[in-house]
Amino acid sequence: MRYKLLATALALSAALPFTVSAGATDLEVTHWWTSGGEAAAVAEFAKAFDATGNKWVDGAIAGGGPTARTVFISRITGGDPMGATQFNHGRQAEELVEAGLMRDLTDIAESEGWKNIINPPSLLEGCTLDGKIYCVPINIHSWQWLWLSNKAFEDAGVPVPKNWEEFVAAGPKLREAGKIPLALGGQPWQAAGAFQVLMVSLAGPEVFNKVHGDKDAELAAGPEVKMVFDAAADAREMARGSNVQDWNQATNLVITGQAGGQIMGDWAQGEFQVAGQVAGKDYTCLPGLGVHDVIATGGDAFYFPVLKDPAQTEAQGALASLMLKPEVQVAFNLKKGSLPVRGDVDLATANDCMKKGLEILAAGKVVPSVEQLLSQDSVTQINDLMTEFFNGDMDPADAQKRYAAIIASAD
Amino acid sequence: MARPSQLFRNLNAKVASIPMILTALVVFVGGTIWTIVYSFTNSRLLPRLNFVGLDQYERLWSTPRWIISIENLLIYGSLSLIFSMVIGFLLAALLDQKIRFEDTFRTIFLYPFALSFIVTGLVWQWLLNPDFGLQGIVRSWGWESFAFDPLYNQDIVIYGILIAGLWQGTGLVMCLMLAGLRGIDEDVWKAARVDGIPMWKTYVFIVIPMMRPVFVTALVIVASGIVRVYDLVVAQTGGGPGIASEVPAKYVINMMFEAQNLGQGFAASTMMLVTIAIILVPWAYLEFGGRNRRG
Repeated sequence: MRYKLLATALALSAALPFTVSAGATDLEVTHWWTSGGEAAAVAEFAKAFDATGNKWVDGAIAGGGPTARTVFISRITGGDPMGATQFNHGRQAEELVEAGLMRDLTDIAESEGWKNIINPPSLLEGCTLDGKIYCVPINIHSWQWLWLSNKAFEDAGVPVPKNWEEFVAAGPKLREAGKIPLALGGQPWQAAGAFQVLMVSLAGPEVFNKVHGDKDAELAAGPEVKMVFDAAADAREMARGSNVQDWNQATNLVITGQAGGQIMGDWAQGEFQVAGQVAGKDYTCLPGLGVHDVIATGGDAFYFPVLKDPAQTEAQGALASLMLKPEVQVAFNLKKGSLPVRGDVDLATANDCMKKGLEILAAGKVVPSVEQLLSQDSVTQINDLMTEFFNGDMDPADAQKRYAAIIASAD
Repeated sequence: MARPSQLFRNLNAKVASIPMILTALVVFVGGTIWTIVYSFTNSRLLPRLNFVGLDQYERLWSTPRWIISIENLLIYGSLSLIFSMVIGFLLAALLDQKIRFEDTFRTIFLYPFALSFIVTGLVWQWLLNPDFGLQGIVRSWGWESFAFDPLYNQDIVIYGILIAGLWQGTGLVMCLMLAGLRGIDEDVWKAARVDGIPMWKTYVFIVIPMMRPVFVTALVIVASGIVRVYDLVVAQTGGGPGIASEVPAKYVINMMFEAQNLGQGFAASTMMLVTIAIILVPWAYLEFGGRNRRG
């Protein structure tokens, strides 16, 4: 299974145009973008950066965000920093910034007026600590999407669902037709992500904010959240037999019509695109599971560790400002399937699903991402609980009890 | 006049071993003490001396993932120890029957050991994949109901990892055992044959007791591999399905870097050290402490 990852990583390293020009500064950039769509997107950054006369040294790490962040953090704290590194903005790099290991980008941000161009402003706030800016938000990723394979529903003889309830109702029919109703990869973050989507979409943004933002353990133990756990039990039943690990393999089940749908962030969009599928015709997307139209404004950001070499520091600055250039933003985000962080760029070529996302964003129906609200410690505890829940036969009531306990001790 | 101090006898040898002694003291002992001290703090991503008593340990032992990790290590450890010893010895005994193509067989059996745990894990992830691996092949032969998917079944996933671990490590045990068997004097075999003792009895009652040092060496090598099993699990199952194949070393790494909770990771690694000490200290006492008395 990992073979595919390796293959994409190899393809990626071969596809990157390494232009070696005289006096070029090598800058190692680490990230966890290894699937087909992601690799195509990151190649856009590399191309633009190489055009400035510097050299992008690609440090892709396979195995998903948590695995990659383990490597990043141990390298930075171990005194072997890279030139630039991806994190999800929010609290993942909080302590690294506090310890002074990350470069202060405030002067670049002020001279280029990031405050005026980045929308929604909460993205830049996620990069700010004590009034100083430490990272470049590059895209908006939202988790709250249900991707449906039109072919799978056609084969099963049921209309493509319009919301979560219809989807659950169609589950048995899909099973009969030999399909997996819901594709779900085995990695812990995927189960936890799917649960959070159910939470914000079914219980609504208000409950979501109170539980994670205000750490309201009583509410987490209450009836609104119980409904979410019951829905998670439905999802668990529908996901039986997925037998894949990586998210893009699960997405592939949807693309090939072997699975009915997948709850996954909008990065899945890139995979549909690489496979040549058309939104609305081959696949359908339901933001907020078709219940609450809302998206979370998490996303990726680049941090720049403090380096001693002045030439490399300069190259860091060049990369930071380049990532927010309108043409780079458009090129990157179209390939990635994410939304640009600037409200002023032209996304006429965006497909139906991205347009839905842009509309919701423009209407301001947004919630912060879980990574922005909870510390990594709490996030990991929730991940562990969810992966245990989704892969076993834990009673929803027990799971809710443990969930409330995690929220009660969260920070 | 006072006798020359004990300290200055063999001065050259002592000076030469200073770097190693310092390394051992600073890196091993110092690092261990540092880890234990910080396991009583609430350090997050970076170490901070803010003591919270036994909080980290209380949380550790109330975390289901840690309990499962320990259980898995016990199952994997005891079975891996028994099977690699038994299979390793049997293979060595079979190879020792002066068979043809012994070199070829030895190479085949030892070859997996040349692969890293990561490669081993990936290979077995494919072999045990229900759609493409063993189960898929048997089903394509016509036995449709055949089910063997340990990596996707929480109850038996640890045995799927055990199979891969044995495949990788048994060859080395076999080689050690074979060397041991070759070290047994031919006369012992001749004497046993003259006395009409059956071959299996000769092995069990004469040869194996004579091979005690080889068994101890193999035991130490296998046991140290068991405690640090990490990469095999990461490559093969990533700890899944769910948290069914988690192991302590993985918990430590995840806590320290992914959850950004050093205190919790240190508490877990301290518990690993304590577990090893509980097993190792009595054994070392019996093994090495007894030698003096025997003279």
